[in-house]
Amino acid sequence: MASFVLVAVLAVPALGALITALLPDRAGRIAAAVAAAITFLLTVLLILTRDPGAGWFAYGPRTGAPPVVPWAQIDVAWIPALEVDFHLGVDGISYPLIVLTGLLTLLCCGYTVKQVPAGGGSGRTLAALLLVLEVGILGTFLALDLVLFFVFFEVVLLPMYAVIAGWGGPERRRAARKFVLYTLFGSVLLLLGVFTVVVAAGTADLLALAGGLGLSRTTQYVAFVLFALAFAVKAPLWPLHTWLPDAHTEAPTVGSVILAGVLLKMGTYGLIRVGVGAAPEGAAWAAPVLGILAVAAILIGSLVCLRQTELKRLIAYSSVGHMGFVLLGIATLTVTGMQAALIGNIAHGVITGLLFFLAGAIKDRTHTGLLSELGGLRETAPRLAGLLAFASIASLGLPGLAGFWGEAFAVVAAIERGGPLWTTLAVLAAAGGAVTAAYFLRLLRRVTHGAAKPEPAQPRVQPIEWIAWSPLVLLALLIGLIPALVTLDTHAPIIAITEALR
Amino acid sequence: MIQSVNHLALLPLYLAAGTAVLVLITDLATGRRAPVIGAAVAGGLATAVAAPPAASADATFCTGSACSWVPSPLAASMAVLFALLTLGVLGLSTPVLRLGAAPAGEFCFLLACAMTGGVVIGYAGDLITLIVGLETLTLPLYVLVGLRRFAPGAPVTTAGSAAAVTFLLVSIVSTAIALVGAALLFAATGALHLTALTGTAAAPDLAPLATVGVSLIVIGFAFKVAAVPLHAWAPPTYDGAPLPIAAYLSTASKLGGVLALALVVPRLDTGPLLAVLAVLTMTVGNLVALRQTRMVRLLAWSSVAQAGYILAPLAAGAAGVAAAAAYAVLFIVLEFTAFAAVVALRPPSADGGQIAEYRGVARRSPWLAAALVLAFAGLAGLPPGLAGLFAKVTIIDALIDTGWGWLAGVVALNAVIALAYYLRAAAILYTGPPGIAVADLRMPKLPVSRPVAATIGVAAAIAIGLGFAPQLLFDALT
Repeated sequence: MASFVLVAVLAVPALGALITALLPDRAGRIAAAVAAAITFLLTVLLILTRDPGAGWFAYGPRTGAPPVVPWAQIDVAWIPALEVDFHLGVDGISYPLIVLTGLLTLLCCGYTVKQVPAGGGSGRTLAALLLVLEVGILGTFLALDLVLFFVFFEVVLLPMYAVIAGWGGPERRRAARKFVLYTLFGSVLLLLGVFTVVVAAGTADLLALAGGLGLSRTTQYVAFVLFALAFAVKAPLWPLHTWLPDAHTEAPTVGSVILAGVLLKMGTYGLIRVGVGAAPEGAAWAAPVLGILAVAAILIGSLVCLRQTELKRLIAYSSVGHMGFVLLGIATLTVTGMQAALIGNIAHGVITGLLFFLAGAIKDRTHTGLLSELGGLRETAPRLAGLLAFASIASLGLPGLAGFWGEAFAVVAAIERGGPLWTTLAVLAAAGGAVTAAYFLRLLRRVTHGAAKPEPAQPRVQPIEWIAWSPLVLLALLIGLIPALVTLDTHAPIIAITEALR
Repeated sequence: MIQSVNHLALLPLYLAAGTAVLVLITDLATGRRAPVIGAAVAGGLATAVAAPPAASADATFCTGSACSWVPSPLAASMAVLFALLTLGVLGLSTPVLRLGAAPAGEFCFLLACAMTGGVVIGYAGDLITLIVGLETLTLPLYVLVGLRRFAPGAPVTTAGSAAAVTFLLVSIVSTAIALVGAALLFAATGALHLTALTGTAAAPDLAPLATVGVSLIVIGFAFKVAAVPLHAWAPPTYDGAPLPIAAYLSTASKLGGVLALALVVPRLDTGPLLAVLAVLTMTVGNLVALRQTRMVRLLAWSSVAQAGYILAPLAAGAAGVAAAAAYAVLFIVLEFTAFAAVVALRPPSADGGQIAEYRGVARRSPWLAAALVLAFAGLAGLPPGLAGLFAKVTIIDALIDTGWGWLAGVVALNAVIALAYYLRAAAILYTGPPGIAVADLRMPKLPVSRPVAATIGVAAAIAIGLGFAPQLLFDALT
């Protein structure tokens, strides 16, 4: 039963994409939404495979058995010649991300039923591509085989290129090309890293690899550098982030939502599961550099945001800062830091997904994204302005909303780590958090307050928009109040992954 | 001395050569197009079907323990591949033959001869058989490249003849080089059979002679795979040849060279030479491909770069042969799919044309455009071209496994460069002219003849199938 659900989570969107591509336009979009809904239900159902007793006592001294015990798994030999197994599984680290992927894809497919970006290809093709993207992202989160992880990591590249290049803004081709070349550069490094580990360890099983599996120190250093670079491009980590603002500015709304909401998380998830998991000594060795870059990303990202003049570009740069907090949490290599990173991942996905939906709605209505040409939204479209204010405040990390936990506990973890370096990093990161508040308040002042500049063509929030946005609003509130929703079952797997460092 | 000949081992050769004879006789007897093509198709199918069961037969033409005809799973798989490629090219050529742009009898006969040569290469157990096979594969192609009749009133071009002459001259030189190399190696080591082949000379003062011989053999074969700096003939030849023949040149003819190298390299110490050739080939091929504006030239330069990826694992010697062979097969399937889609997207007997002429064709022919995108994605090593992804994975695995990590890094970086031009060529299929969305384009339908459609369908199905089950290929090769 459990393995059936695991396979179905990938098979349903894949089949859905195929059916969507073959149906006529409108029917195809509805079929895509249905497939996404079924997939979302299946991702939620995965929690039933969790055995509440087993997860907590599965770790302990290494006795030969894999220390990470997933809730459910399926393991079938696929390509013995390359040591690739079709090995899927779900545990506390991947489960929240899997559900988030299912949810965001459902919202985007539902949104596409009503709203197709103008000037591009057919909405049916867009919906099919969203489903293909979902297959790749879910596969990456589910894969417990290193080579399989790489294969799914690659699946998202061309569909995302097509989404940006086919339905994006005026500069879409250049932005899409930049996106795909940068991320391919990252993934070829991942490929090199994967086989450095697989050849040295003689297995590609991530469960067996977790904890280093006695890889030599040099191998771990080399592998971690390759992994860190690969995931730093995807996450993205300053200074490898330059593809992100362009891609976000040009991408259609649903593309931005998926890109910011879950695609970037493949980088941070990979860093935890593959980078730290397979090469823990390499991670410990490189952690200070990673921490410094993460804090640089926080500071530079938020300072750049203060100077941004375009709505979507600003939100995109804010992602650089937020992902900086996530990476800082990972770099501390402590349980608190990792849990902060996991909450930060989910919170950023929910909030930035919502922000991009809102930015898209504002741009559609006013036909401009320039802050200087926007203003007075709270008078012309009060509901929209209220939602934007809510999302911005959640994003700047107000306690009680989702954004708070990840950022605050990344800083706490850095302080816990102790020593002059980590304390300095914690202080600087906290200062970056303050700048974050500054630029979001500036954004609100420019967009919602002031004199009403252009009259929005459609001031009311449409029903389809309520349907697409309200789950995100609720989740931002819910995770803010009960962060344990995300971290419920993460303690044991994180201990297992970082065991070698203790 | 009377030798016993194992006819079962020779069955694929008999069938391939028999195809050529059958085609010739059918043409003489009937003089009509349909029976000739039918005979060629039947012969090709028979060869493809008969090769695998004959793979386990004993080697034959032996002197002592060294044999000149050595069946192996690799040889049988390659024979199947050559036969399938021949069938594919026949399928793609049918519209041209129907127009009378080339005489059907001669065309099919020459193609069957080339197939015979290709089948021989994999089974070759000594250098002479190997080079004879390679020449039998190439010789008919000189004629096929230039074989073209012009309809009354059609503009007469000499592009085909020029391409044929270029190809002829380069091939003669490369064969001469390989033969001299073989001769020097024989003089220095006294070995001709591949099993006895070593790079070490019988006497110390002959060592330089052996080294030169080995290098010349590798260089001679490198011409056939169009490795840089011996590649300059390929782009003009491909572009001047009729499209189906260009497809054959960049797949079957290249496979012949790769196979010859793969048979020779494990026994000789050629790692550094091949590594340099591989790095140059992939880098130059990719960089020049970035600047191409003609479709066939783009494919030609990309196939130069792909030859570099194939050469890279061969630098690791025997340990890399399986990876190189697997990469070669997957590359050939994808390259052939790309050429087949290009043939179908163009009017019969047209050349490849400018890349800009493919603007928006996805609107007119969505399935053909999808096949071309699948092929390009595979050549770039990305899903949905899973076959290409696993091809790249295979060689990176082999290179890191054998300690050639830096070469794996060069391959990986080249894959990024390559994506830029594959992407450009693929994106143009879905781009309307400036200011017009592709959904609003109105284009005249271009009918695709049934054999061409069937060929693309089969090629794409094989590409997709191998993408999901590459283990089938690895099993077939070992």
